[in-house]
Amino acid sequence: MESIQSPTEAHFITQEPYYEPVGNEVTLFEAAYANRLPVLLKGPTGCGKTRFMEYMAWRLKRPLITVSCHDDLTTSDLVGRYLVKGGETTWVDGPLTRAVRAGGICYLDEIVEARKDTMVVIHPLADDRRMMPIEKLGQLLEASPDFCLAISYNPGYQSVLKELKQSTRQRFVALSFDYPKPELEARIIRHETGLDEAATAKLLKLAEMTRNLKGNGLEEGASTRLLVHAGKLIAQGVEARAACQGAVALALTDDEDLIAAVNELIAALF
Amino acid sequence: MRISPPLAGEELTRRLETTFDVEFTFHKVGHLVAILAPLERDTQDFILDLVDRIASTNIQISYEFTRRVVEALDRLDRRVIEAWAVHAMDTYDQVGLRPALEVLFKVDDFLTHAHARAAGAFFHEVQPVLSSFLCGLSGRRLDLKEGEQVYTDSERLFLPNVMALMESEADNFLLCKAQVTFMWAQTRFGSARVDFAGVLSRYPDPDQALAAFQALDSLRLDICLARELPGLWRDMQGLSRRHGDAAIPAGWLSFTAVLNRDPAVPETALALLDTAYVLEPPAARVYQARLNPPAIAAAREARLERETILLRVKLAKLAEEQRRKAPAAPPDPSEERRTPPPAQFEAKPEGLGWELTLDDQPIAPPEDVKQLLTSIALDWGEIPPEMLVAAGDGEYDAARYEVKEKDPNEVWQGTYHLEGAHLYPEWDFARQHYRKNWCVLREIDLEPGDPAYVAEVIAKHQGLVKHLRRTFEAMRDESKLLKRQPQGDDVDIDALVEALADARDGREMSEQLFMQRHRADRNLAVMFMVDMSGSTKGWINDAERESLIMLCESLETLGDRYAIHGFSGTTRKRCEIYRIKTFDQAYDAGVKARIAGIVPREYTRMGVAIRHLAKRLNEVEAKTKLLITLSDGKPDDYFDSYRGQYGIEDTRQALFEARRSGIHPFCITIDREGKAYLPHMYGHANWVEIDEVRKLPLKVADIYRRLTS
Repeated sequence: MESIQSPTEAHFITQEPYYEPVGNEVTLFEAAYANRLPVLLKGPTGCGKTRFMEYMAWRLKRPLITVSCHDDLTTSDLVGRYLVKGGETTWVDGPLTRAVRAGGICYLDEIVEARKDTMVVIHPLADDRRMMPIEKLGQLLEASPDFCLAISYNPGYQSVLKELKQSTRQRFVALSFDYPKPELEARIIRHETGLDEAATAKLLKLAEMTRNLKGNGLEEGASTRLLVHAGKLIAQGVEARAACQGAVALALTDDEDLIAAVNELIAALF
Repeated sequence: MRISPPLAGEELTRRLETTFDVEFTFHKVGHLVAILAPLERDTQDFILDLVDRIASTNIQISYEFTRRVVEALDRLDRRVIEAWAVHAMDTYDQVGLRPALEVLFKVDDFLTHAHARAAGAFFHEVQPVLSSFLCGLSGRRLDLKEGEQVYTDSERLFLPNVMALMESEADNFLLCKAQVTFMWAQTRFGSARVDFAGVLSRYPDPDQALAAFQALDSLRLDICLARELPGLWRDMQGLSRRHGDAAIPAGWLSFTAVLNRDPAVPETALALLDTAYVLEPPAARVYQARLNPPAIAAAREARLERETILLRVKLAKLAEEQRRKAPAAPPDPSEERRTPPPAQFEAKPEGLGWELTLDDQPIAPPEDVKQLLTSIALDWGEIPPEMLVAAGDGEYDAARYEVKEKDPNEVWQGTYHLEGAHLYPEWDFARQHYRKNWCVLREIDLEPGDPAYVAEVIAKHQGLVKHLRRTFEAMRDESKLLKRQPQGDDVDIDALVEALADARDGREMSEQLFMQRHRADRNLAVMFMVDMSGSTKGWINDAERESLIMLCESLETLGDRYAIHGFSGTTRKRCEIYRIKTFDQAYDAGVKARIAGIVPREYTRMGVAIRHLAKRLNEVEAKTKLLITLSDGKPDDYFDSYRGQYGIEDTRQALFEARRSGIHPFCITIDREGKAYLPHMYGHANWVEIDEVRKLPLKVADIYRRLTS
């Protein structure tokens, strides 16, 4: 292996990402950043949380390190570990440590998915101590003044196991995200896909219909991201019904009857 | 494949005589044999199988079926023949022998529609898809029901049992979809809020006026649908063409220009009624459902008052929450002792949802309030401001807006014993088909027993309880350190030393040099289903209660979610589930008293209990779901065919269904003859027989280990 660690510079975002502000989230985030407060982004999947982080990283000119959390993500995965290299052991920083040292923004996506023991490192970083204990090195690392911790969380999963603990959530400034309002969502889809107004309106109506099905079989309605996917396929020349079936119906669920129902909704619109 | 020769006359005679029990019923089988003998073996087998299946329900029906089936076979698909037979049996289950025979005698009806029947869209097939489809279209929540005619009462949409107006199966489905959408449009675009009685009475011939309005309104809804759902509207035109609907006369077409101006409200159509009244109305197109003013009026009347007061009560709650959030204003001495005026909300539609404001402060309406606003707006065209006033103190009378629930214990005093109960199908193995809505089940809270009982049992089994707690505690922290992993949290020094030695030696160095801590996350939900049949009286009942107590003590240590329900009943009309502990309840004094209150009741109709508790279990989110039955013997019921193979097969089928939905069923029994039937019901590894009380909770610990490691 040539380079185990990619340089933090690689995480700078040089081009402005496309982002449409929904409310005051940009000013709130900037204020939180200026006061070194950690930020919690709440909202359903595919409504623009990750894009917002990219946009803020670009605005604040800080490197962005994103970690998608999963149920096997351990503290070592965040902090770092020893690797064996040519008969010797070398310490390698994890993504969180790198952000802490370099003063970057560390974005932990879907934090509830991570193992509970990761809170050991997140809690001291998220309050005014801004410290990170690296147990294996016997170090207590102080965060750079530019460092910022952001986590995201989807309150839509109605599982008691996936709830964020009070001790965690009360350390963060929370920003709530939801699907954008129809006009804004239309603007986003048109910008991302280049579709005309009529086709965009149909996609929006389809989204509304699937969102009506939330709680009646579907866990979530179609997100803005799915609409953009469908729109891109249509713009590419794929027949509209087929594009929506692939990008929306099948992406939403595995339940045969529901797929059939969503397909019927698509057929009714296009 | 070798084709077997047809059955000869003697063999057929013997089979039919056995099936029809001719010694007692005196049925003549000679002419039936003559009909069946010339057929191919394959066809004979198909018929004889059905004849046997029907005979298990009723011999007379089976006999009449045999007389007619060959004639039907020429023109009917086998799928339809089977549906016909099952329909006859269902009719027998529900209304008796005579109507069931009617179904068979009306085979001519079946034959005339033979083709259509083969290509028909059956309600039970289209219902799951179209219900979700309907839910996706916005507006009031509408229920899809089976009915004689296609119409809506503005809350429910009715479709027939079989839709067969079109040639192909695909078209028949499409027709169902088009009709459902058209009826949705009737509620969504206000046809259902027209005051029919008032409007029609102004004309000399109200029927003619209704027909004219219906025609105008259909034109209007067509315009709405073409705008809203262009894809479906194209399909509708195709359907109409293939069905051969007559073209709309020019006189009527001229209305569309006016209707086009504001098609979303019924007033546009009403304004044209005077002109249209004198014209001959065009025939309805195939997908256009008829308006049913009496049904709409009845549903609307029942709904209006309830929804109005319900909305105001909900708004009152919202207002109160809002006030609590807001900082309290300094008390104004002049306003003392005066109650504040009720809160006045404002609502305006936003997209397809609602925006609610109180004192210019926007409030996010909860889902149920949104539904109510939508429903009320559909009835009134808008939300009248007086409905947006929060309810005052005197208006909280729940009787005015709540749908009353019957007390299950009073049910037997009247004749309405089906009301509010859960209906479940039952598998009839002889028929090879379900009996629809066969079992009537209710959930009842168990009467608490002696509150001191649990403490006594714990004192008595102190040693065992301690041992169990230790075992379960050990399971709780079951995390393993995995060595020699390709990646992990720490370097595995042993592996590293070995690998370095290997490298010095010139051999290949292993890459598995790390240690990883593996922790099994416990994500389990367990449902205990306790047999409360009369046969458990005595030591079995004591054993059950003591086991449950020890289980609860152990499971509390482990922290897994669990629920306990008892089951018993008499006949299919009275199946009962006794709530002892639900998933949400804590293991408290109430639960303990209810465990003590488990007493032997009546019989063991297991299938329906499994179906119900599996449904409850599936409402809980967990990675592993266990359904554990504590029982003392075979399924059984009062003076009923449930005893014996029927009950075993139904239970087996119910367990199949549970397994298909992702539940692991397991049976713990005290029946020493369990070996004879349990493997058939639960499969070879999913049951255990116990002869001593003390073993029971230990065994459960074993099951846990096996299923979660």
